Amino acid sequence: MYSTTGIEASNFVSSFDTAFFSVIGISILLLVGITVLMLYFVFKYNRKKNKVAEHIEGNTKLEIIWTIIPTLLALGMFYFGWAGWHPMKNPPKDGITITTIARMWNFSYLYENGKQSAELVVPVGMPVKLKLISVDVLHSVFIPAFRVKEDIIPGREKIMWFIPQKAGVYDLYCAEYCGLQHSYMSSDLRAIPQEEFDKWYTDTTALASTVDESVPGAAGFVIMKTQGCNACHSSDGSKIIGPSYLGLWGKQHIVVRDGQDVLVTVDSAYIRKSIYEPNAEIVKGYQKGLMQSYDKVISEDDISKIIDYLKTLEE
Amino acid sequence: MSSHSSSPEPSYIEYQGKYKGIFAWILSTDHKRIGMLYLYSIMTFFIIGAVLGLLMKFELIAPGKTVMEPQTYNAFFTLHGILMIFAVVIPGLPAVFGNFLLPIMIGAKDVAFPRLNLFSWYVYVLGIILVVISQFAGEGPPDTGWTFYAPYSFRTAGNMLPAVLGAFVLGFSSILTGLNFIVTMHRMRAPGMGWFKMPLFPWTLYGTAWIQLLATPVVGVTLLMVVAERTLNIGFFDPSLGGDPILYQHLFWIYSHPAVYIMILPAMGAISEIIPTFSRKSIFGYKFMVASTLAIAFVGYFVWGHHMFTSGMSGTALYTFSILTFLVAIPSAIKVFNWISTMHKGSIDMQTPFYWAMAFIFVFMVGGFTGLVLGSLAANVHLHNTHFVVAHFHFIVFGGTGFAFFAAMHYWFPKIYGRMYDTRWANTGLILFFIGFITLYMPMFYLGYMGMPRRYYDYDEVFHGGNIISSMGAWVLIAGVAVIIINLFRSAKHGPKAVADPWGGKTLEWTVPSPPPVENFEEIPTVTKGPYDYSQD
Ligand code: HEC
Ligand SMILES: [Cu+2]
Ligand SMILES: [Cu+2]
Repeated sequence: MYSTTGIEASNFVSSFDTAFFSVIGISILLLVGITVLMLYFVFKYNRKKNKVAEHIEGNTKLEIIWTIIPTLLALGMFYFGWAGWHPMKNPPKDGITITTIARMWNFSYLYENGKQSAELVVPVGMPVKLKLISVDVLHSVFIPAFRVKEDIIPGREKIMWFIPQKAGVYDLYCAEYCGLQHSYMSSDLRAIPQEEFDKWYTDTTALASTVDESVPGAAGFVIMKTQGCNACHSSDGSKIIGPSYLGLWGKQHIVVRDGQDVLVTVDSAYIRKSIYEPNAEIVKGYQKGLMQSYDKVISEDDISKIIDYLKTLEE
Repeated sequence: MSSHSSSPEPSYIEYQGKYKGIFAWILSTDHKRIGMLYLYSIMTFFIIGAVLGLLMKFELIAPGKTVMEPQTYNAFFTLHGILMIFAVVIPGLPAVFGNFLLPIMIGAKDVAFPRLNLFSWYVYVLGIILVVISQFAGEGPPDTGWTFYAPYSFRTAGNMLPAVLGAFVLGFSSILTGLNFIVTMHRMRAPGMGWFKMPLFPWTLYGTAWIQLLATPVVGVTLLMVVAERTLNIGFFDPSLGGDPILYQHLFWIYSHPAVYIMILPAMGAISEIIPTFSRKSIFGYKFMVASTLAIAFVGYFVWGHHMFTSGMSGTALYTFSILTFLVAIPSAIKVFNWISTMHKGSIDMQTPFYWAMAFIFVFMVGGFTGLVLGSLAANVHLHNTHFVVAHFHFIVFGGTGFAFFAAMHYWFPKIYGRMYDTRWANTGLILFFIGFITLYMPMFYLGYMGMPRRYYDYDEVFHGGNIISSMGAWVLIAGVAVIIINLFRSAKHGPKAVADPWGGKTLEWTVPSPPPVENFEEIPTVTKGPYDYSQD
């Protein structure tokens, strides 16, 4: 049923093209036609040549004609737009579902078998349904090559779907303005043949294998990169949105807890709390509500790897 | 009233009242002086907004950081949007030319409530002050975009509340102006001027005024809800309080879509005055022009959902909004056909205002047709929130309203100042402006089609070429703006004196001296003919 021989990147490319080019085509014809007519009149009825204007107040028949014809054209344009869009709202029953978690300012993807990825990997020829979740503000998944886009609304769960038809690496952007790093909120979409996908999908060691376990903190660094922590935290001492990791471990600093300034020492318990309940204690000088909880996203085990990494940045 | 004095009444510019110097202007209730107050304020904010736009275009000329940090860029596009929409384009033609000309065009001595009229200008200034405060007080300028979408706008450190309040106060000022205009048109038309003898510019002001009156309160309601949410923690829009961000979008666009027609209707009205005058011919299909104005004002209320096709509304709502969006284009098409037909068999005098009107028709058509593209559901999904949309609305709002504003400026300039401008410079400015405009915005359609999202501080290399061309267009455009404004400024002081009717116009403003006397008419005229009656010529 789902053909993989199509040359277009996704199953929605042709419906977009039909809708887009039907409107653009008619529009360009009319634009050129009307502009040329205007220039012709201006030339022909120039006062230098045509000293006296004819007295004409209107023509009801013409008015009716140029009301009805554009109306019919417009309804035709509407139809193509509607016909191409309708299937987008009706995802098929089969296919794979990938939970897409958007937060300021990264996407992460959670597969049905628990596999997590920073890159959206999908099989060619199979309907892919993205379950869209935002933990903070509005975002929007936009895959230009596939001609699809859907906003992600915090507090609502939405589905968008498509069938990748051509293997390749495509851009996926956030298209709804979401603050400072909005233009950096993107990820790769990698469409690969089914067999390759199956291998990737079942290989849960993939992440571990890229990490050199002998380097202290390497695993923690990879986890943070995957989770997009680096959009807000640097490792070199510069302030982005949140405090830098540099020299964080073991330092004493003031946080605001329930409106009160409290002096705390950065230890394992503090880091754990910062990740699971980031808004319970706010580092003085920073803003509340920006970092969202990673509860159920980052395991206790991963937190200890993150801590190992932070220790390497101790001053 | 006293009998005729022998010496002519002083013009509104020379008139000496109770107050002197600047107070003679900022305390004047003369609709003409108030119109000028708006003109200078609007021009000031237009220049600020344009410079912000130019700086943004510098940033976008190359990927990565070019001249500013992302936070600055985000604050710039927010302020650019707020100023251009709320302080320039929405008040725009009604506040400047409506105030100056509406009473004269319908044969009245002033608007119905002159004091309220002056008060509206103060409310406008108050709105601007609030916007300025939002930039400097507290933790930093707002960075949410002019749409203030929830819930981001509730999280950001920027000063949202003064900014939204400022937007509302500016809207409130336009409600007062709208109310004033409606009453003026109902009660103060000269004897003999039936509704269908009223010129088309007043008609579009009439349609606009109703939109202002009925749609702007929605902003007020939204603002109250935002305040309640922020101070009392009642969840309307913020999901973390149990609210719904989509509700915010509905409320925002229920106002802001009709606002687009607030911006464009008076522009169409001005063009409908210019074309007959220079064609020396009656407007083609007067009654259809009136009907299409009212149709746009009415249907314009019901299309706001087209800004939210990807937000997640029900299917039925979506295609209803799509179909209405296509239908609202029909009355605009009718206007274009009538303008072109007015030129047919006319005797066309190619003067600067007419060139502006032609340029308007072209850019407005581009804006309108790309609006149809965006109204199409399947096309919208891909193009929404890309540079295609940015290009589209700049073609409508800057291309449509902006071109019409300059058309109106060059058309009524001799009436307003009693002096003529230098035509050669005026035409040079227009050519630069037009070329710059097309070079700036045309590539954005392509960028959007290729998938470049809007409000992007940085972008991938694929989008580089289009951005270079677009940024260079901005320089030409700014050069054009500079030539136009400098020329008009100089001519207002030093231009040759203008006669009462330099263009051979037929509407009432051309029957009074240039510049008009304080009371407009020595004697209120009695109207017997239609507004564009050239049959005797
Ligand atoms: C949207 C931006 C953002 C993202 C993404 C983010 N954080 Fe944060 N983070 C902040 C901000 C802002 C603060 C300071 C306010 C606070 O204490 O909550 C902070 C504070 C912290 C602190 C406490 C730092 C200190 O100086 O005490 C830690 C630890 C932390 N984040 C870890 C992480 C980790 C790990 C991730 C990724 C899993 C992450 N953050 C993702 C914004 C972010
Ligand atoms: Cu985003
Ligand atoms: Cu709209």
